[in-house]
Amino acid sequence: MFDFSIVSSWIHGLLTGFMPEGLAIFLECVVIGVCIMLMYAVLAIILIYMERKVCAFFQCRLGPNRVGKYGLMQVFADVFKMLIKEIITLKNSDRLLYNLAPYMVILASILSFACLPINKGMEIINFNIGVFFLMAASSIGVVGILLAGWSSNNKFTLIGAMRSGAQIISYELSVGLSILTMVVLTGTMSFSEIVEKQADGWNIFKGHIPALIAFIIYLIAGNAETNRGPFDLPEAESELTAGYHTEYSGMHFGFFYLAEYLNLFIVSGVAATVFLGGWMPFHVSGLDGFNAIMDFIPGFVWFFAKAFFVVFLLMWIKWTFPRLRIDQILRLEWKFLVPISMFNLLLMVLIVVFGLHF
Amino acid sequence: MNIKDRILEIVPEAQFAEQGDLTATIPAESFHALAEKLRYDEDAQFDFLLSLTGMDWGETLGVVYHLESTKYGHSIVLKTMTANRENPELPSVTDLWKTADFNEREVFDFFGIRFVNHSDMRRLYLREDWVGYPLRKDYDDSLNPLRMTNEVTEDTTDELSLDDEGNLVNKTNVLFEDKEYVVNIGPQHPATHGVLRFRTSLEGENIKKIEPYCGYIHRGIEKMNESLTYPQTLALTDRLDYLGAHQNRHAVCMCVEKAMGVEVSERVQYIRTIMDELQRIDSHLLFYSCACMDLGALTAFFYGFRDREKILDIFEATTGGRLIQNYNTIGGVQADIAPDFVKNVKEFIVYLRPILKEYHDVFTGNVITQQRFKNVGVLTREDAISFGATGGTGRASGWACDTRKRKPYAMYGKVDFKEIVYTEGDCFARYMVRMDEILESMKIIEQLIDNIPEGDYQVKMKPIIRVPEGNYFASVEGSRGEFGVFIESHGDKFPYRMKYRSTGLPLVSVVDTITRGAKIADLISIGATLDYVVPDIDR
Repeated sequence: MFDFSIVSSWIHGLLTGFMPEGLAIFLECVVIGVCIMLMYAVLAIILIYMERKVCAFFQCRLGPNRVGKYGLMQVFADVFKMLIKEIITLKNSDRLLYNLAPYMVILASILSFACLPINKGMEIINFNIGVFFLMAASSIGVVGILLAGWSSNNKFTLIGAMRSGAQIISYELSVGLSILTMVVLTGTMSFSEIVEKQADGWNIFKGHIPALIAFIIYLIAGNAETNRGPFDLPEAESELTAGYHTEYSGMHFGFFYLAEYLNLFIVSGVAATVFLGGWMPFHVSGLDGFNAIMDFIPGFVWFFAKAFFVVFLLMWIKWTFPRLRIDQILRLEWKFLVPISMFNLLLMVLIVVFGLHF
Repeated sequence: MNIKDRILEIVPEAQFAEQGDLTATIPAESFHALAEKLRYDEDAQFDFLLSLTGMDWGETLGVVYHLESTKYGHSIVLKTMTANRENPELPSVTDLWKTADFNEREVFDFFGIRFVNHSDMRRLYLREDWVGYPLRKDYDDSLNPLRMTNEVTEDTTDELSLDDEGNLVNKTNVLFEDKEYVVNIGPQHPATHGVLRFRTSLEGENIKKIEPYCGYIHRGIEKMNESLTYPQTLALTDRLDYLGAHQNRHAVCMCVEKAMGVEVSERVQYIRTIMDELQRIDSHLLFYSCACMDLGALTAFFYGFRDREKILDIFEATTGGRLIQNYNTIGGVQADIAPDFVKNVKEFIVYLRPILKEYHDVFTGNVITQQRFKNVGVLTREDAISFGATGGTGRASGWACDTRKRKPYAMYGKVDFKEIVYTEGDCFARYMVRMDEILESMKIIEQLIDNIPEGDYQVKMKPIIRVPEGNYFASVEGSRGEFGVFIESHGDKFPYRMKYRSTGLPLVSVVDTITRGAKIADLISIGATLDYVVPDIDR
């Protein structure tokens, strides 16, 4: 199995060879930062293209097919257009908060993106309470959304922001509880260790019934976290035109747009890591030959394949379901998902205590 | 019971016109008392105000009321006129029929007749700063140049009422308080299906009050008609409810044919009926698509549009038009049906049946759809009749109001079809009525398509059509309700007054009633299932 830490320690060794260690670490940090941003942008472009194509095929359309072969350059063209568009400043808006909001959203998104272990030895932020850190970092996003809604001085955005606040804060509970269920199963909060623990079978198989329930709840709640259909109330197009980001233009709007897609990927990535083994290949304990063959496929391929599988699932849901109403969304969370998750957590604890998992 | 005797008993000075529908001219001072009796008396029960038309008769202004009883099915036309042109005042009938609210505002807007005891005497379509009343015959157009300033929206409105001594007093009513959170939904909004504006007072997510503002696409078609010959007026009918273009034009042609005593051939009747039903399917498919889109199910939206395209192709082959077909003419239709029309229509019906099942699978059965539609925006049967909300909306509330059954025209008396009636009155019932009506329309077409008789597609008409003096009214079942045409002719080649009974105006007037206390999202479901088309409201 390819271990990325060989590459990183070789670079580290190379740099410390001719410069002080402090400077080397600083340089590495800068390089990693740039890499994250780059990967972030590239992933967003892939996701936008994928969404357009997937939804087009669901809707008996072709999707983008004019700019470049199969419309491959369409998203690049759109990003370029967004970059050169004017950023409009509004009269009577809270200038500071208005300009700050998109950065809050994108900051939260990049921070949580950095938590995902992509390959063996390729963890950027990795410490013993990684799950906690991810939950905390991703929660900052809602502040940005509330700020955007409030500072735009528009009644539609304010309603959108209020909806978003109520929704995201509620659903964070379910996300947390379902991930906690898996933390109970694996006994660690560090993402890299959670993945390592799945070497003899992915969590969703090892934890059987409670893991499956947690997975489904996580998918529903994660979908709601990212404000995507059928939970796209904060930006319900037919009700609030564009919700909290109605008044944004140019790249400020672009940041919201990017963050939305990357949040989709982060939710899928976490699902892949926690439930489907992350970069860990498909192993069946006892079949060593089979496991060895599986190991030939590099870890990051496994990770992205799993993550994009979950992304596809979420897109499928989005393009099939109509939108919920705000009271129905909150009822679903507080009356159904939270009690079920709590019960499920208890069930998992019992299973772990009595050793009933695989 | 003889209505004529009954009216004479209440108002001895009433005058009756013998030609056409039973028409009674009532003096203004005894009008409200008579209307109240006709509305509530056990054996009269005129509970449906079909149409309310403002008139300018030269020396006086007046109003023509078309009344119908949903219980007995009898109908009557009442006329009343003001004392003079300078201070035209008439009693309001908003306390008897709720639909009179918007209609009287329209009359006030166009004729300047002020209705006593109407709580909201504002203009309905034109700007507040409009000078004069455009449908009066002596209106001077030069008084209203293109305004370069924004229209100021007032939060108050006027009411004219009688005090204890019988004097008229002006009162100011408040529409929205200063501290209310009022959101403009429209005129540019994805869910209003056109340029309609709802000023919505909110309390959190709940709706406290909605005030609809119409007129953003008002083109003055009724005024234009007064200077157009009868065949020319036809060109504008398609532009009212563009999803009921055939039916609108059918109504006008029928009205003129009725007035002139022209019998159109059987072949034309068949073609018109088939076209009307195809148009209805077209409209209901669009309704389905837009309802899905409003609820956020974009995929279903595309399914509906994909299939609607096939109908438009059929239209195009025969009429040359897709949305606006200009097909019916006075005494026939513009051109004979295309050679492959019969084949294409039959193929389409075979194609659509399984597709409808797919629609139900992908959208109707969805648990979210059910939650968003069921028990939302309940319109009672009484309200539906009082507001005159005909079409699918009325039938969803348990009111069997289908014009095709009530007053059969064209081939409808001879074909077998079921009138779809639901009793719940909620969004889901309104949705299901339309989905089921697609099936009934297909049934009607199937019965007719193979038997189109040979014959002329156009009766020979004189080059200049002059309609004999008198009042004429004809109505058809449009895609979203009863579409009526009222013509007053003075024997010229131009109509003296031509009024369309809009199918959409009653639908918009119920919005406030059924959204009280609902959520913003419910307004979207309600708007989607009421299925109004804005150019039809504004005319």
